[in-house]
Amino acid sequence: MDKRMTVDEAVAEVADGMTIGIGGWGSRRKPMAFVRALVRKGVKDLTVVSYGGPDIGILCATGQLKKAVYGFVSLDSIPLEPHFRKARQNGALEAVELDEGMFLLGLRAAAQRLPFLPTRAGLGSDVLKINPHLRTVKSPYEDGEELVAVPALNVDVAFIHMNRADASGNGQALGRDPYFDNLFCMAAKKAYMSCEKIVSTDELVSGGPLQSLLINRMMVSGVVEAPGGAHFTECLPDYPRDEKLQREYAATAKDDNAWNAFRAKYLDVTEADYQNAVSP
Amino acid sequence: MSRDQATRADVCALAIAECFRDDGEIMVSAMGTSPSLGARLAKSTFEPDLLMTDGFNLLLRRALPLGTAPSDQDVEGWMPFGAVFDTLWWGRRHVMMGASQIDRFGNQNIACIGRWEQPKAQLLGVRGAPGNTINHVTSYWVPNHNVRALVAKVDMVSGVGYDRAAALGPKTSRFHEIRRVVSNLGVFDFNTPDQRMRVVSLHPGVELQQVIDNTGFELVVPDGLDTTPVPTPEQVRILRELDPQGYAQKEVVE
Repeated sequence: MDKRMTVDEAVAEVADGMTIGIGGWGSRRKPMAFVRALVRKGVKDLTVVSYGGPDIGILCATGQLKKAVYGFVSLDSIPLEPHFRKARQNGALEAVELDEGMFLLGLRAAAQRLPFLPTRAGLGSDVLKINPHLRTVKSPYEDGEELVAVPALNVDVAFIHMNRADASGNGQALGRDPYFDNLFCMAAKKAYMSCEKIVSTDELVSGGPLQSLLINRMMVSGVVEAPGGAHFTECLPDYPRDEKLQREYAATAKDDNAWNAFRAKYLDVTEADYQNAVSP
Repeated sequence: MSRDQATRADVCALAIAECFRDDGEIMVSAMGTSPSLGARLAKSTFEPDLLMTDGFNLLLRRALPLGTAPSDQDVEGWMPFGAVFDTLWWGRRHVMMGASQIDRFGNQNIACIGRWEQPKAQLLGVRGAPGNTINHVTSYWVPNHNVRALVAKVDMVSGVGYDRAAALGPKTSRFHEIRRVVSNLGVFDFNTPDQRMRVVSLHPGVELQQVIDNTGFELVVPDGLDTTPVPTPEQVRILRELDPQGYAQKEVVE
């Protein structure tokens, strides 16, 4: 089945109040073309589940984010996402802050259609205090150990970005870390994948080792060719992070005029105009 | 000062390296400049079996200078984030993290200052600290030892300390160990009957009163305090090789 579509067609699935899963990690291989499309669409009251980076930051800054579920929110070279920091300090954001490993187990539980997965992580820490919805579970075996039952992180729609894909939705991550994009797809009712380049299945299979084929076509409902679709985050080996634009973006958290100018230039424009604006 | 002479930063780096002594064949994750340097010193000298990454996803067979990108010949394995989580739950890991705040039992905060619901200052968030501390050995590095960092009560427990671990009971806390805290003033551990923080040694030139004045709680002070060992000329030479730009020298204030 040919699942090719545009970013805007994919984002049409998203309605106000939905829970969105966003792949990548920090400021690495984030599906930014989808994030920009969410901004253009203007959907509100979103919950985002993410190993967060500028996806969460931008949606904080545009006021579209009601709630963030995260293991961290970082720009990597800038350890704390500044727009997220601002939203938290203003009390403008509902937050579910989890240990990074708990977050992974929540994704896995959702992917496996389980209510929870158990872990030792979180016990004794204030993660349980700030998340009163978290429960513990006692091992039914002889050890009787008490563990945290990390609830499934189910999402309505997931967005991921890959290096390559074919038209039917097989996706390839050519960087050295696959992150957890396959789990985001499986935790979602529907998942959409953008990629740097759509190629034939033959080219896809010969374009890297088999273990780079992280996404199979069962996992995704739509495929979008979006060159530069992770920009300004890194999408190795296709391109590194655009540190200059990231710094410019980060600085706008301290200056509303700068943010409005950034938004007008880079977000309230079509994806093609964005790519023109950032091309060297 | 002569380049060959050991500085306070070098003393700290050696004290950090000593945290990993006898760790053997486990993964060390050292967050920040001085921890990275200290862990590399340990691997280069007395703990060659340690596994360490490039900070991303490559396991490296030798300790490279800070800021040096690995070549293919430096790689011995693959450690993407999925494998990092598996390793930390497996327990074959010793992490050294920073601490924006740490208390007498080793409860650590990197999450926020003020109420979590609406923090006065949002910091990094809990990151992996809850899972790290309950699953494997953890040490801490405090580059600026003062009463804002070493506090009576942390604003939010990210990394679990000994009182919290004890309250969980011996079964749940059996993998919990806060091995040591190294600051710019001294070395500290929790080898006391009630597992409160104790002074192990003071760095050369540091007076006990200076440490007491800069700590927001009562430290256990044993008789006959040691002085933190100063790196040998050979260790100083290795430290200069591992940190040619002197990043650690800028981090540690004398």
